[in-house]
Amino acid sequence: MKLIAFGIIAFTVVMVAVGWFMSGGLKREEVHSAATPEEAVQLVLSEVKARNWDQAYSYLANTADLDEADFVHDLAGTDGSLRTYSSLDSYDVWPLRKQGDEARMRARLRWSTAVGPIDDVRDLKVERHGNLWKVAWPVVKTARVPPQVIPVNYLRWDIINRGAGDDWGEQNVDSPNVRIVSMNAIDRGNEVVIVGEIVNEDTVPAYVNVNAVLQDENKNPIAEEGSFDNIAHTLLPRQVSPYRIDFPGMRLSQVKSVRMDAKALLVPASADPVIAVTNQKLGKDPALGKEVLQGQLVNESGQIVNISQVLAAYYDSSGKVIWVSNGYVDQALLPNTPVNFGVDLPEDIAAKVQSYRVTVNHYNVGQS
Amino acid sequence: MMQNPSQRIVIPSDPACRKQFPLPWVGSEGSGVRRRTTVATIILCTVMMAAISAGAQQLRVPASAIAGAGFAITTFGSGNGTFYLLGPAGAVKKKIQLGSEVQVDESQARSAGRYTAIVCGDSCSSMNFFVSAAAPAKLSFIVHPSRVPVGKADAISAVAFAFDKYRNLVLTPITVDFRVTLKDAPEVARSEETKDGIAWMRLASTKRGGLADVVASLGSNSDKRIVQQVPSDACNLRIHATRKVDKIEVETDPVKDCSGNAVPDGTIVSFTEMDEDGKSTVDAPLKRGIAKVTMPIRGAGTVSVASGVAIGNEIRIGGGS
Repeated sequence: MKLIAFGIIAFTVVMVAVGWFMSGGLKREEVHSAATPEEAVQLVLSEVKARNWDQAYSYLANTADLDEADFVHDLAGTDGSLRTYSSLDSYDVWPLRKQGDEARMRARLRWSTAVGPIDDVRDLKVERHGNLWKVAWPVVKTARVPPQVIPVNYLRWDIINRGAGDDWGEQNVDSPNVRIVSMNAIDRGNEVVIVGEIVNEDTVPAYVNVNAVLQDENKNPIAEEGSFDNIAHTLLPRQVSPYRIDFPGMRLSQVKSVRMDAKALLVPASADPVIAVTNQKLGKDPALGKEVLQGQLVNESGQIVNISQVLAAYYDSSGKVIWVSNGYVDQALLPNTPVNFGVDLPEDIAAKVQSYRVTVNHYNVGQS
Repeated sequence: MMQNPSQRIVIPSDPACRKQFPLPWVGSEGSGVRRRTTVATIILCTVMMAAISAGAQQLRVPASAIAGAGFAITTFGSGNGTFYLLGPAGAVKKKIQLGSEVQVDESQARSAGRYTAIVCGDSCSSMNFFVSAAAPAKLSFIVHPSRVPVGKADAISAVAFAFDKYRNLVLTPITVDFRVTLKDAPEVARSEETKDGIAWMRLASTKRGGLADVVASLGSNSDKRIVQQVPSDACNLRIHATRKVDKIEVETDPVKDCSGNAVPDGTIVSFTEMDEDGKSTVDAPLKRGIAKVTMPIRGAGTVSVASGVAIGNEIRIGGGS
């Protein structure tokens, strides 16, 4: 009996230790003091990773300027944004410059999110206070929308389909007409990528999905993939969406032909919200060292957009789609409040880009 | 005809009998009725084979029978006998007095098709006859598609099926009247005769958009379907803009297709503005026939517009104050 009790206690202790280790306890213990700027940033981030917000906030140099609520909102997210479904998975910290009692550090935060990993690069100012270094966290005021009434009278489409009890000759509503307007197969060395655009040619909304089948010279299928989230699934009338289909492990030399299949379903939808994409610029991001298309999203409607996704189609000089980038924005879009975004594209593709077009896809909690 | 899932067709095991009576033998699944029907089937087949070999003729069937009308079958001979009537949707068995007329009730022959009457006395005799559909009473009407672009030839297909009141397809030629009405447009009417119970026509969509009522009539019965004739791509898409310091308000003229139909609200119009700060784009839906956006601008710039594959004009905006 004693042996069993001892075993249970030992098992519990081991499990607690494993939990502590997994939550970054060892790393926190290692950097319990911030004798260098790197250690200061690591100390804060280790507490952020463990979601010990109070502790992380206590290590900051600028608590007089920065509300704890704003600090927590910056890192934990608000309004059902993607960040609220994320956790800090890992981080890298490296110095940019150090001058006397002040240093500049760059931190790459790798978040695990509901839609996959997202990188966030932050430049942080670190100050010496006595023997310790402390991070001056950038002051990010949580956006607040003043009380107001925003009239919204955009269209909404609802559908009445035929019922089970209807006569067999009873007419149903047809599926929307959609058309693939362009398709381009690209060899990326270790994968084949199919990019293009699809348009809803109908007067009703469509839920679209694009699938592609790679065929050999005998028309036998050798691989089949779908666009998954590299497409704006809900297309309003005459709306155009880029799509991208990845075939990892395939070479274009293996492929003789591609069979494309666009499926469209009639779905209820709303023309609201309208999201503007402003200040779009394509260039090299010094922090990431990559070609990045950056800009701002502005929600021009009255409802909060919880999760937004940016899809960008890039065209060459002949107007052919040569790449499609996809990126999620981890902040919610409040009405008329600009939010920055950035999506990267491969360097070799960037050299050929003549123009580009950005589409915004959105998801709201409680809505399909 | 749909088979009730709670019933099953029992096929006589004798192939000759199956060939002679290719009719559904119906009984409830797993019930005593099924067993009784199976036994009755075997007996009936045996009796029928004997009757065929005897070649006796003990009955006269009606030359023309109408579904749901009831009719009489004359039997010959004397003494007691058994009468069987096998139809497309059921079977009847009656004890009869040979030499009398057997009245088949209207409820016993509501399905049109091939029937077999069998009379058994000392020997059996059978005759096949057909029951035709009653007067047309119902229409099933299929129109495709439910939405069609304006001005498209042979775009609308309308098919009408004529049935009697017991859901038998009426195979005799009947005239079905088709009418297509569209608001503020002359009515299009056409009559088509059914062939094997089906009448059909093809129609071009009109140049004018809107809801078209397509009606098929058969006597006093009519059935209506609605076809939405929808505008095509935007044509001559044009914008104008007003600058307000660091913003511009851009608005389209009323968006119409090349036939002059207003493109429906909700259609996406894409605005693109390029200035010193880069490019700004907004996909805005049409509202009351126009799309309107407010976009930021710094210095001079250009604004262009597109809707689907239709491209509109481009305007240049000056540097402002």
